[in-house]
Amino acid sequence: MRIRNQQDFWAGVMFVGFGAFFSGFGTQYAFGTAARMGPAYFPIVLGLTLIFLGIIISIGAMAVTARNEKVARFSWSTLLLILGPVVLFGLLINTLGLILCLLMLIAVSSYASHEFTWKATLANALVLIALCLFVFVYALKLQFPLWPAFIGP
Amino acid sequence: MFGATVNLPMNLAYCFIGAAVGTLIGVLPGLGPLATIAMLLPVTYALPPLGGLIMLAGIYYGAQYGGSTTAILVNLPGETSSVVTCIDGYQMARKGRAGVALTTAALASFFAGCVGILLLAAFAVPLTQVAFQFGPAEYFSLMVLGMIGAVVLASGSQVKAIAMICLGLLGGLVGTDVNTGVSRYAFDIPELSDGIGFVAVAMGVFGFAEVIINLEQKEHREVFTSKVASMFPSKDDFRRMIAPILRGTVLGSILGILPGGGASLASFGAYSLEKKINKNKAEFGKGAIEGVAAPESANNAAAQTSFIPLLTLGIPPNAVMALMVGAMTIHNIQPGPQVMNSNPTLFWGLIVSMWFGNLMLVILNLPLIGVWVKLLTVPYRFLYPSILVFCCIGVYTVSNHSFDALMTAAFGLAGYVFQKLGCEAAPLLLGFVLGPMMEENFRRTLLLSRGEFSVFVSRPLSLGLLLAAAALVVAVALPSIKSRREEAFQEK
Repeated sequence: MRIRNQQDFWAGVMFVGFGAFFSGFGTQYAFGTAARMGPAYFPIVLGLTLIFLGIIISIGAMAVTARNEKVARFSWSTLLLILGPVVLFGLLINTLGLILCLLMLIAVSSYASHEFTWKATLANALVLIALCLFVFVYALKLQFPLWPAFIGP
Repeated sequence: MFGATVNLPMNLAYCFIGAAVGTLIGVLPGLGPLATIAMLLPVTYALPPLGGLIMLAGIYYGAQYGGSTTAILVNLPGETSSVVTCIDGYQMARKGRAGVALTTAALASFFAGCVGILLLAAFAVPLTQVAFQFGPAEYFSLMVLGMIGAVVLASGSQVKAIAMICLGLLGGLVGTDVNTGVSRYAFDIPELSDGIGFVAVAMGVFGFAEVIINLEQKEHREVFTSKVASMFPSKDDFRRMIAPILRGTVLGSILGILPGGGASLASFGAYSLEKKINKNKAEFGKGAIEGVAAPESANNAAAQTSFIPLLTLGIPPNAVMALMVGAMTIHNIQPGPQVMNSNPTLFWGLIVSMWFGNLMLVILNLPLIGVWVKLLTVPYRFLYPSILVFCCIGVYTVSNHSFDALMTAAFGLAGYVFQKLGCEAAPLLLGFVLGPMMEENFRRTLLLSRGEFSVFVSRPLSLGLLLAAAALVVAVALPSIKSRREEAFQEK
């Protein structure tokens, strides 16, 4: 048997995985009866449904009638360049302050574009930081540490 | 009147901001109302509830106006709801009639918007009365209907869409169980015991994942730089656009109310209808003014009427409205029939603002068209860092915790994987919002019926809703409709 529709096959596997996760850990909680449902009732029923659907999707992907469909390559570098600075922003904002964090976020993420240039990125960063200071700090008065804790407020 | 006058200038300002931002993102391809509303949700923290909702609503219907500009001038849909406008709008532009096409789109949208708002105001009171007849069984069945509707809307495999809804429902259950106080799937992480943040899911799946996908495709954009000459349609144009606008408005209004419906479905429907019955159907695809008027009126009518189920029943009919539920809960407003009684200022204020917003949009879109065309030339490399910046600031504003940034990034990764595996994310978000509501109504129904499942079909209202859901399933499975549906999505 050949997996014709790779997309569907792996999607099915993913759903089975999630279903197993939710119904498996659901067994830790009280199940209850239909009239008095425990916290586990609804998630376990849903989790089992999800496993069932996942199996259907995966089997359908191996059917002779299934379309040939490959999973496109993951571009890990783009993922890392976009999500990495977001995580860093969350971790560092309270120590480094808004302005440096924004600079880091814009500089690193801009690198993900195939048209990256330092000059344009810096210009973009300046404009965006000014805009953010105006909109969020000045106009909306949200509370942010602006500069690193050891320099000042 | 209507209490909206309590701070009228400020509310008009929020309305203007919303409409302008909506037009902006409508014009820019690759940035939709879902991502934008998710991004700006946290900002509305700082605003009063009414102001925040007015702004978010403005973004949604504003995007319907802006999307047509890109479709006509660049042959690229600024929004999915403008996909069909490309076909005839761009052909009109190539014949030097871009201005006429833009005016037609704006006038059609404005007319349809007004009708949609009137319907919203007219249906709100009677529908809330119906809503008060609803018991938990009816609410549960209504949500089932809504989700089936969302599946019909999904363009890919329906089984996958149902699975995505289930996954969303499960995600919505994470956190403390309201009935027993047991903390579910939190694994002793204190931040998770309040549940997964709605903002994190929406931003990750619709904001970050979209950015990564867009960056992968090395797009290059050709802006149609013909001069937008005459803006005014001739007498003959007016004569030809009236009937399509009326039909588009009716169809759009209906599809907007239906669960799972929304602006995109409406514009597809209106275009195919017009192509079948219009007497100038031979001209379609070659620059027929009807091909612009019908879908543009339909998508804007649907954008307004999709607020009806949200405001009267508290059930979001599509993913954008699911975000509005999120916005309301941020301000401690439980969406549902009680909003009209307990918070009439908010209810009527929002509706009145929508009319002002539509008026502003005509002004924003016709005389100022040049500004938006210029914006089209801004390359994506300047655009996406600002999306990330807004998302990060938004996440920080929600909680000041680094945990939420991690969650958002994780959902960004998840959204990316979903895209690669051909799974639509909109049903997931709908399920996520409805998860807790659905569980609670399910439990309450069976508690009242002492565990009898037959209660769902023995109550007439509930039975009717479930039958409607079943009819939708059957309709989609019918071979003739199935092939037509695939055809319709192929045009995308």
